[in-house]
Amino acid sequence: MTSVALDPPMAREALSRRLSSVLFAKRGLLVTLLLVPPLLWLGVVYVGSLIALLIQSFFSIDEFSGTIVREFTLKTYAELLRPANLDVILRTLAIATFVTFASAVLAFPIAYYAARYARGRTKATFYIAIVMPLWSSYLVKVYAWKLLLAKEGAVAWGADRLGATPMVDALLSMPFVGGPSLSVSYLGQALVFAYLWLPFMILPIQAALERVPASLIEASADLGAAPGQTFRTVTLPLALPGVAAGSIFTFSLTLGDYILPQIIGPSTLLLGQTVYVLQGTAGNIPLAAAFAVVPIIVMGFYLFAAKRLGAFDAF
Amino acid sequence: MDRIVLKGALFCLTAMLGAAPAVAQVKSIGKSEGFVDIIAWPGYIERGETDKQYDWVTAFEEKSGCKVRVKAAGTSDEMVALMNEGGFDLVTASGDASLRLISGKRVQPVNISLVPSWKTIDERLQMAPWHTVDNVHYGVPYQWGSNVLMYNTNVFKEAPKSWNIVFEETNLPDGKPNKGRVQAFDGPIYIADAALYLMKHQPQLGIKDPYELTEVQYKAALDLLRKQRGIVQRYWHDAMVQVDDFTNEGVVASSSWPFQVNLLKSQNKSIASIIPEEGATGWADTTMMHVDAPHPNCAYQWLEHSLSPKVQGDLASWFGSVPPVLAACKGNALLGDDGCQTNGLGNFDKIRFWRTPVSKCTTQAEGCVPYYRWVTDYIAILGGR
Repeated sequence: MTSVALDPPMAREALSRRLSSVLFAKRGLLVTLLLVPPLLWLGVVYVGSLIALLIQSFFSIDEFSGTIVREFTLKTYAELLRPANLDVILRTLAIATFVTFASAVLAFPIAYYAARYARGRTKATFYIAIVMPLWSSYLVKVYAWKLLLAKEGAVAWGADRLGATPMVDALLSMPFVGGPSLSVSYLGQALVFAYLWLPFMILPIQAALERVPASLIEASADLGAAPGQTFRTVTLPLALPGVAAGSIFTFSLTLGDYILPQIIGPSTLLLGQTVYVLQGTAGNIPLAAAFAVVPIIVMGFYLFAAKRLGAFDAF
Repeated sequence: MDRIVLKGALFCLTAMLGAAPAVAQVKSIGKSEGFVDIIAWPGYIERGETDKQYDWVTAFEEKSGCKVRVKAAGTSDEMVALMNEGGFDLVTASGDASLRLISGKRVQPVNISLVPSWKTIDERLQMAPWHTVDNVHYGVPYQWGSNVLMYNTNVFKEAPKSWNIVFEETNLPDGKPNKGRVQAFDGPIYIADAALYLMKHQPQLGIKDPYELTEVQYKAALDLLRKQRGIVQRYWHDAMVQVDDFTNEGVVASSSWPFQVNLLKSQNKSIASIIPEEGATGWADTTMMHVDAPHPNCAYQWLEHSLSPKVQGDLASWFGSVPPVLAACKGNALLGDDGCQTNGLGNFDKIRFWRTPVSKCTTQAEGCVPYYRWVTDYIAILGGR
């Protein structure tokens, strides 16, 4: 103690040294100190708001006055099962599934080319070409597609020139997916969704394909497998984790989007829009919260399935 | 027992407070505080940044010494939320937000003797129920407008007389059916448009106010909208998308705003609009003052400025709305002498101004269907249920 009083600089040095030796001796303490801020963020801001949401969904709205009754009830969840609300959920799931499937089919050949054939400059250009749509504004892209898909828009014009108008009309006259024009049909909506999320599908597939050793493919060929057989039994199974990883993005992004369906599609509401409308002037926060819980549960199951497919081994 | 007594006491107390005169209002305008903070609809307060001709802020700032700071809000809910947060002086509230702000005690009564231009306001709007409660004025009218029936003049050589062309399956004057060629608005408040149509066509329902519907009347309106679902090409939400639909998608008739009509006309499209015999729904906005406005003196100066004919006329021209100050309709270079009529001035009596439906309503003894149900049911209708 006396030395501390006599020589302050030494004391300061001793303090920092003591601190570091304490931290060295107790590794757990250092880890705790480093983790507390991010955990607070994750716990309070992130999980906290989710829990607040969950609690809201167990409240209900008073039928008569429209005020929120803050008592535990499952009534709001029961409301989700009403035909109109169930429609919203099933419709959103159907579109998300279709978009995911279409994205995978479109993305695979592109990713395959990028991973197997593109080299050097071409590869860099390819990367930029894939990522570039992500640099421009979401709204600009959606509005541009609205114009392209309009009844008198570029796509219809092109089809007319090619003599393919009967084909487009046949597509549009299909029940459910069709409509008065491409921009007001599920078909157009799914198409634009697929366009928007395609990069999120291409990149994980490409990463997965790059991990497939060329030697395995050569070995397969040496053992007499036809190219198609090699693809089905070697390449595809090994690339599947990439597809699963990409599908997490395309599926969850479609589940939550609420702007695109306002602009393109047959004016039926998707999950995100429903939440947006219900929490507004309507003030039906409990039902909005219950709706918001749906994609969380769906994604929970989805991630579980994706893990079984090995989606997280690709990273 | 104690609880009941306490509740009773509380009830008496609130009743007394409610009966007491409203919050004290400003008695005189003092020195400028240097700033005024306004929550406004996009395009409502222009300082010449979009188009040099449209500037009603710069001159005010020079004259009053109050710098105008605008916070744009996209929805009525956003406005109410911002006002609840506080820190703002004024808000340009629509009919669905204004009463909520008054009952939530977020706005203060306006001393109209400090706003000399008050007497220039259209008399029909001076006592409007969306800003005047128990003869106390909680704001100054800013602009109003109506929804109109927009139609394509190539198809309709004569203006359509009724909304039936967008509500019921029928053939249009060009001989082709209206299926897939008409639009409807995608907000739940559109149920009021259906109710307004039924007021005329099914008088036995006894609808007195399209925003105050009993269960039976409400059900009839929903039935009409369900039938309409079959013929609607798209429920429009975004004004620019609707403009595009009339240009590129073969849509020929829809409920719309003067804004889209003016825009399409300016592009030389064959478009016109009318308010059919059933009347139309509309909106009316009021500049209201926050109960704890940090800059009351500047706020009062803005209230006065907002009513000057120049501001009112320029704004009406910019927004496609109608000025409550009728003097603005004459001699405004931007609006033109026909501007007010184009934007719907002559239709005032045919317009049912937008209000939030509540369960306790005045015209129906049994009570009315509140707005949150309008929302859930309209979702069902859009989804084809």
